[in-house]
Parts: sequence; C-alpha cells; structure tokens
Amino acid sequence: MIFDWAYAMDILPRFVPALWVTVQATLAGMLIALTLGMVLTLLRRCRLIWVRWPTTALIEFVRSTPLLVQMYFMFYVLPEAGVRMSAFTAGALALGLHYAAYCAEVYRAGLEAVPRGQWDAAAALNLGHWSTLRRIIVPQAVSRVVPALGNYLVAMFKDTPLLSAITVVELLQLAKMIGAESFRYVEALTMVGVLFLILSLGAASLIRALERRMRVAHA
Amino acid sequence: MDYGDLAAALARGMWVTVQITAGAAGVAVVAACVAGLARSSGKRLLRWPAVVYVELFRGTSALVQLFWIYFVLPRFGIDIGAMTAAIVALGLNVGAYGAEVVRGAIRTVPQGQRDAAAALSLTAAQTLCRVVWPQAVPAMLPPAGNLAIELLKNSALVSLIAVTELTFAAQLARTATLQTSQIFVLVLLAYFALALCITGGVRFLEKRLGATT
Repeated sequence: MIFDWAYAMDILPRFVPALWVTVQATLAGMLIALTLGMVLTLLRRCRLIWVRWPTTALIEFVRSTPLLVQMYFMFYVLPEAGVRMSAFTAGALALGLHYAAYCAEVYRAGLEAVPRGQWDAAAALNLGHWSTLRRIIVPQAVSRVVPALGNYLVAMFKDTPLLSAITVVELLQLAKMIGAESFRYVEALTMVGVLFLILSLGAASLIRALERRMRVAHA
Repeated sequence: MDYGDLAAALARGMWVTVQITAGAAGVAVVAACVAGLARSSGKRLLRWPAVVYVELFRGTSALVQLFWIYFVLPRFGIDIGAMTAAIVALGLNVGAYGAEVVRGAIRTVPQGQRDAAAALSLTAAQTLCRVVWPQAVPAMLPPAGNLAIELLKNSALVSLIAVTELTFAAQLARTATLQTSQIFVLVLLAYFALALCITGGVRFLEKRLGATT
C-alpha cells in the first residue's frame, strides 16, 4: 500500500477542528505554565526553609516523572477527590503543571544570570527587595528567559498528542479515529506528522528571529 | 487482586520500563554518535542525511513517531513487534536530541587540538578517536543525563501501543482494583526513583571521567 494523495486531500478538512484543539491546549497550557512557574520561583526564593524545600522537591518530582502519568493522575484521581473537570481541562492543567516546573527553572536561571553587583548597586540606591527585583533584575533577565521559554512552548506543542490518551480529540486522536474507521493509518498518521513538523519548525524559526532581535536590542 | 498481586504486577511493569529505557538508550547512543559526527563532518553527503534525521525527529512529536513506526511501517512490509517498535521509536527520538549534544561537545574542543594532531601527522580517524572524542565526552555527560531522564519519561508513551510497562500495568491494575489514587501515586514514586538512579549514575560517571563542567 502506498500513500494515496486523493484520500489524503479528502480527509484534510477534518483536521482543522482538531488542530484548533491542539492549539488551544498549547496556549492554555503555556499560560498556566508561565504563571504557575512564576509562583514556584517566588516560593523557592522564600526565606522560610519549610516553604523553599518542599517547592524544590515538588519541582524536581514533576520534572522527573512522565507527563502521561501526571495526565492520568489529573484525569482519574482528581475526580475521586471531588474535582470534576472535562478531559480537555485536565489535559491542559497537566501540561501547564508539568511545564511550570521547567519554567520555574528557566526563571531561576534567568534571575541568577544577572550579576550580583546589580543587587548591590540597587541596595546602595536604597531600593527595596521588590522594587529591585521588578525594576532592575527582571528587565535584565527577560532577554535570557524568552528564548528558553520559546523552546518549551514548542516542546509543549509536541506533547499535546498525549491528550489523546485521555480521550481529547486532538490531531493524533483524530488520526487514530480515521484509521480505525477506514483501516488506513498511512495517510492520516503521516499528515499529522507533517503538520507537527511544519508548525514546530516554523515556531522554532520564529523564536530564533525573536532571539536575534532581543540580542540586537540589548547590544 | 490483593496488595501482593498489585505490587508484583507493578514491579513486572517497572522491569519492562527499565528494559525499554535501556534498549532505547542503546539505540539513542548509536544514533546520536553517528548523526552527531556526520553533522560535524565537512562532507555534504554525510551532513545532509544527518540534518534531515535530526530535524525530522526533533520537529515532530515522540508519540506521533511511535504511532507511525507501529502502525504505518507494517503497511510497507516492515512488521516489527510492539516492543521493538517502542525501543526503535524512543531511541531514534532521543538520538536526534543526542546528536545535537554530540555536535555541540565536538565544537567545544579547540581547533588547536586538531592542528596539533595534524602536525603530528595523525590520520583523520586517529585525530577523532584519540584527540577530539576523549575531550568531547565529559562535556556530553550532563546533557546526556537529562536526555536519559527524558527517555525514561517518554517510555510511558509506550503504554499507548499496549506494551505492558509500568504505566500500562498501572492502567490494568486501575481497572481491576479501582484503587486509582494509590496506584498512580505508587507509579509516580517508582518513576521518580528510577530518575534518581539515572541522576546518580550520571554523577558517578562525571566523577570518574573527571568532568569539570
């Protein structure tokens, strides 16, 4: 059996709504990851050891366990605890939580890359901890943080097919459904692969362009 | 199904997870070294296939690759079992990321080392094996450790093509016992323990090879 172009064109329109689900999941997941990652970073910078230590442990734990199992956890375990949500919400939350741990690392690395002297200089100018962070440190950390966050956005996009495991009809799940109804997996699965390739290579080159612009702006 | 059976089923699944991770790591090391060296090569005929491989596997989703290898390849007459498909797919996926690690590490070896090797009239193969490679390996270790943990995490995807590894064993146990939360907490802890083993192993190797970075 070889690739049937006519059939592939036939099923192409059916991928549009599924692609939209994939994009929505990516955006929702990224929004959660960016904010939750910020919260985790702040908690980890806390002076109290019984706040700082469990946060570090949580970040390590989330980063070293599979996203798929975390997704199952959200989908199967949380309803037992009385938290009802749709498969899509559970999936987006799992994506967001998983990547929040990575974002927290990115934020930390970005903050630590700002030279110590900047803190000292701000202290000499009598700025408080928060205004130093907000007006001196964070603006300098941004240019280091954005490219790394962009890479995680692409990585998250490539992890969205995992939502198919908890019944969300995104690109891969749709390909499986088309395959099951017609016994033709070749076209559907190949097209999903090509779609991912085009979109993630496109996103990666956008990020590189952004990175270049930011470097120019800071040079 | 009592707790003894449950623990035994999960332990069996964990063993399969270890086998898949180890097998795929073997595939990944070979793929990463071949593609990484080919991509660092001056010859276009070597460089291009490596670029295509790396971009193809880094640009698409690991799960889509796994499904493609498991469902589509048999239609072209390449019929491999689920376990082999799992090892090949995960190995090639991580290998593509690894190829970039190898390439980056080779680039960190100063040009002077190559010039010195040329001055000693070493052949290209000798320069690579005796001079460049031994200096590049320590720089590869930390990112390789991260990739090994990514690989361990990705091995859970294999449950979706019905290989009875840890995650699939957990799903089976869940439908049998309905003790969902206990099972998933156990499974997450099991993965965490395996990840800690990998981190420990990589630290040990780093110390042995005297990596300073």
